[in-house]
Amino acid sequence: MLDLTWLLIAVPLASSLVLILLGKRADKWGHWMGVAASTAAFVVGLGALIQMLGLDSESRTHAMHLFTWISGGELHVDAGLLLDPLSMTFVMLVTFVGTLIHLYSVAYMEHDPRRRIFFAYLNLFIAAMLLLVLADSYLLLFVGWEGVGLASYLLIGFWNHKPEYATAANKAFVVNRVGDVGLIIAMGLMFTAFGSLSFSDVFAQVGDVSTAQLTAIGLTLLVAATGKSAQFPLQSWLGDAMAGPTPVSALIHAATMVTAGVYLIVRSSAIFDLTDTARLVVTSVGAITLVMGAIIGMAKDDIKKALAASTMSQIGYMMLAAGLGPIGYAFAIFHLLTHGFFKAGMFLGAGSVMHGMNDTVDMRRFGALRTAMVVTWVTFGLGWLAILGVPPFSGFWSKDKIIEAAFVGEGWQPWVFGLAALIGAGLTAYYMSRLFFMTFHGKARWTDEMHPHESPWLVTAPMIVLSVGSALLGWFLASGDRFTTWLEPVTGHVEEHDPVMAVPLIMTFTLLLVAVGVVVAWLQYGRTEVPTEAPAPSLGTMLARNDFYQDSVNRGVLQRPGTHLTRTLVYADAALVDGAVNGTGTGLLRLGEFLRRFQSGQVRSYAALLLIAVAGLIAGVVLGVL
Amino acid sequence: MSPIAFVYLATVLFGIGAAAVLTRRNAIIAFMGVELMLNASNLALVAFSRIHGEIDGQVMAFFVMVVAAAEVVVGLAIIIAVFRARQTISLDEPAELKG
Repeated sequence: MLDLTWLLIAVPLASSLVLILLGKRADKWGHWMGVAASTAAFVVGLGALIQMLGLDSESRTHAMHLFTWISGGELHVDAGLLLDPLSMTFVMLVTFVGTLIHLYSVAYMEHDPRRRIFFAYLNLFIAAMLLLVLADSYLLLFVGWEGVGLASYLLIGFWNHKPEYATAANKAFVVNRVGDVGLIIAMGLMFTAFGSLSFSDVFAQVGDVSTAQLTAIGLTLLVAATGKSAQFPLQSWLGDAMAGPTPVSALIHAATMVTAGVYLIVRSSAIFDLTDTARLVVTSVGAITLVMGAIIGMAKDDIKKALAASTMSQIGYMMLAAGLGPIGYAFAIFHLLTHGFFKAGMFLGAGSVMHGMNDTVDMRRFGALRTAMVVTWVTFGLGWLAILGVPPFSGFWSKDKIIEAAFVGEGWQPWVFGLAALIGAGLTAYYMSRLFFMTFHGKARWTDEMHPHESPWLVTAPMIVLSVGSALLGWFLASGDRFTTWLEPVTGHVEEHDPVMAVPLIMTFTLLLVAVGVVVAWLQYGRTEVPTEAPAPSLGTMLARNDFYQDSVNRGVLQRPGTHLTRTLVYADAALVDGAVNGTGTGLLRLGEFLRRFQSGQVRSYAALLLIAVAGLIAGVVLGVL
Repeated sequence: MSPIAFVYLATVLFGIGAAAVLTRRNAIIAFMGVELMLNASNLALVAFSRIHGEIDGQVMAFFVMVVAAAEVVVGLAIIIAVFRARQTISLDEPAELKG
């Protein structure tokens, strides 16, 4: 089964191409083919996983050469796949959660005339993401990296007949390009330093180059990761990306796109291990995004945007963990895995709520949906408990470990990062509870034409499966350190570290903050009446509601000066360069026009000119000028 | 009588000749002006020759006379050709070489 890994990518890709090429003929069954392709990938992945579990942990790395891709001069790139516990984890997450989202989409997109195309894009997304995680070199990874960028662009802008949706897709695409430039530069630096782009060559030689080079590579890789994973300062596209159909949001946030950045950092652990500077920056970016995303989430009234802010914040946790180095890598991936389940479940839940509420996304118009949508309420509730980090739900096992790891270290760092992670947990509890209570509890605030109802089974079934994962997966994988042991061949074995605060104390603080968050949210949004119109915001709320004016900041700091610079350059080009060229031309023309007047054809004027010239010459000789 | 007076005379003659060339429309008159200028220069050459006590100025005057004779031949031929073509000897009318 391990040798069939290429099927993982080939099957969804082929299905995607077929769906696009067949056109309307596939309208009737195209969506089922999409589901089948995704399921097939999952089955292949599962087979590979079972086979891998049967091997010793040392021999679980399976590299596979496919074909020589580029060979020219010093550059020689083979297309090959690398299946190890890390990529296997991603394969399972992408295919399993992806397949559930496919199933859900069959019902969710039922009335969309372009459902077939939607499934073609979904399959493309899955294929690109699998290529990204299975590639054995940075260059092949980049193909998948661009592939998910393309697929996300197509899916976010799926309803591109609305201009603002198309704009959102463009924004995601453009912001991602900024990150991609980072990856391209990183690859250039790696090629200069190591002469190769394959993981094995690069990681084998990391000890031979200077720390400065490694730091440069690490930082450029981080730029790439911030773009894909919507981290500070390239996070502004994520909220707008909610314009896409809800299953897309689930797919982007849980299994594909935004997890790619974390994957890149953890995959490049060999590089980051040797450069403390780059790691510190990674951790800082994670910490900033984690708090920032949480604060933004506290003020959003749009249920999908609140969830998007939550993703940003949770990915911030993963980045923070990844930046902590060997003690954090495994937990970053662990949290990514559990987050994949509960976030996908909650996004699908949000889609179910929207389905029942005529596509309303304003939470101030919800309320008391728990009786109308029992299944959604329960499954969403499990996801909510999981993201809160309430034991024994999934999020507890992964997030708590990250908070503990953040408190490990020396000097100021554990205090800053640890407290950021700790406060983030409290904020998370608040905004997620706010979302949960506003949607499902309190008094009904919807209008008479709304008839909230439970979604069909095809919608609820994936939610149920995901909620089971949200509830149990963390506990299952954490017990006996199953997951960390599994990842050890990639992330390395880590000895126990003592945090600067005692572990039980950290756990108590975390749970206490979570409880406070939930209670405050309950008092504000569960027990008391929620106004249907947002009250006049305080300064902080204004900030958070507008994503800290990141768009304005970007516009002011980057776009405006850029525009001015290009305008100046255009002006300079027109005035100076063109001016000089055209000026020479017109100048000569004018001179010609002027001289032409002397060419009157009149003998006497020629004679006069001659006389004046001779007189001038003589005068010159006499006066000694010439 | 100082030879320099001849140079002054030559200057005056040259001025008159130049003025005739520049102001008169009639080609013949202008031609005569040219001759006058040539004669003025001959006079000046001979005068300088006397002033310096050398004869190369006089030799050059002969050259000028030869050139003048040749010029008369060519110039009169052109004037006649123009007159045949346009029935006029005005200098201002033919302007075909206008730029």
